[in-house]
Amino acid sequence: MIQISCPFCGKRDHSEFSYGGDGQINYPPLDASEDTWHDAVFLRENIYGRQIETWQHLYGCRSWLLVERDTRTHEIFSVKLAHSDWQKLMEENR
Amino acid sequence: MTQFSAWNVIKNGFNGQKGWSRQWRDPEPKANYDIVIVGGGLHGLATAYYLAKNFHLKNIAVVEKGWIGGGNAGRNTTIIRSNYMLKGNREFYEASLTLWENLSHELNYNVMFSQRAHIGLYHTPNALDAAARRYNIMRQTGSDGEIWSRNTIKKKIPHLNFADDARFPIHGALVQKRAGTARHDAVAWGYARAADMLGVDIIQQCEVTSIKRSAQKISSLHTSRGEITANKVAFAVAGNTSRLWQMAELGNLPIESHKLQAFVTEPIKPLLDHVVVFGVAGAHFYISQSDKGGMVFGGDIDWYKSYAQKGNLPIVQDVAECALSLMPCLGRVKLLRHWSGVVDMSMDGSFFMCKTPLDNLYLNAGWNYGGFEASPASGWYFADLIANDRPDKVIQNHDLDRFRRGVHIDERGAGSDPKLHG
Repeated sequence: MIQISCPFCGKRDHSEFSYGGDGQINYPPLDASEDTWHDAVFLRENIYGRQIETWQHLYGCRSWLLVERDTRTHEIFSVKLAHSDWQKLMEENR
Repeated sequence: MTQFSAWNVIKNGFNGQKGWSRQWRDPEPKANYDIVIVGGGLHGLATAYYLAKNFHLKNIAVVEKGWIGGGNAGRNTTIIRSNYMLKGNREFYEASLTLWENLSHELNYNVMFSQRAHIGLYHTPNALDAAARRYNIMRQTGSDGEIWSRNTIKKKIPHLNFADDARFPIHGALVQKRAGTARHDAVAWGYARAADMLGVDIIQQCEVTSIKRSAQKISSLHTSRGEITANKVAFAVAGNTSRLWQMAELGNLPIESHKLQAFVTEPIKPLLDHVVVFGVAGAHFYISQSDKGGMVFGGDIDWYKSYAQKGNLPIVQDVAECALSLMPCLGRVKLLRHWSGVVDMSMDGSFFMCKTPLDNLYLNAGWNYGGFEASPASGWYFADLIANDRPDKVIQNHDLDRFRRGVHIDERGAGSDPKLHG
């Protein structure tokens, strides 16, 4: 079982979370070319190793999280709030 | 190589089984081949076989990093069906089912293909109407399909949950009688043996570690057993396609690697004669009984991207819940083994079989949940693509550029989120 340390709720089984997908996709501006949009929507780096991905703590605080995880071993290296302002607040008040 | 026949079985019965030879050779890799297929799974082996058989090509090698039958070939639930609806998939999977029907004779190897029928259960009148459309399309395109009422299902498969208080009462089923199962290891061994007999070198424990290329061509493959050059190179490494693609510096693919689990229970007496599929309101479950008696079943992928051939517990629970809601009589049967394979999940749930940006490289990938049943046709059409250097009409839209053209072959209509194409 993968366990994710939610910044609010603590360490929980991943069955409490919903997987969001790649956390590093930057969608282009709306008026970008079709090719640029094609690549952003349809192509994936499909990383073999450490990747940043999003999970939502669906059955907890419902926060969206950025999780750094190894796709070979499922080891988790870091968990942050996906919303950067909230993450900053969290760090300031730790 | 000794052919399997009634005569040879009897003869060897008298001489202490001494007349059988090795099923396939274990050759050292040569420095150069006309065609190198990377990936010794069912698709790679079938491709090599049909290249040799249909096109009389020689000097072919299949390189496999582990052992044949050790990857997804041995990690599936062995279900064979052709109930696909969309153009391209329809013809392709029908061709595959037709090849399955004669495969044991074709390979002189018993793949234990058993046309025990595929029963897709439906739980509301509307769902049955929608599914009837699919089967009408199948019947009009040379396949078979039937609709069974609740009473017929009750007679044929009495162990399903027909209770009045079932959360999803069984309303009817769509049945493909020509569908069924086969023994997955035997398919790998059968294709390997038949390809080997036609001169194909099957090289196991031979991992591609880097790829040397020019602007337009792959010039050589560095492997754990030395450098191999080839006029044509074909990738058939579902699960690890992106890794190899990036090794060849070709960028990103419309593929995510996910893992799909399968389960088998302890053997029990004959209980289930068919393949039964249960899918409603988020549940996804398919079950059959192997010839040894084990209940073989599976469900959804693990929902997060992974290259680990290691399944996780929430899906074990999910699948067990489905099993009990569909067949409560399984409540005390013990799980014997479960395993996990890494599958290419594509952006529309359909496969890729196409030429690539490099002149001498061909791609076979993106099989989602449907790789096992596709094996014979995959070998057939991929061999045709490699030999003739152009795709057959059937697979012309199964290229990497189809999303750019707005062509989505999306049976489920789930959109460009690979994990949803169940």
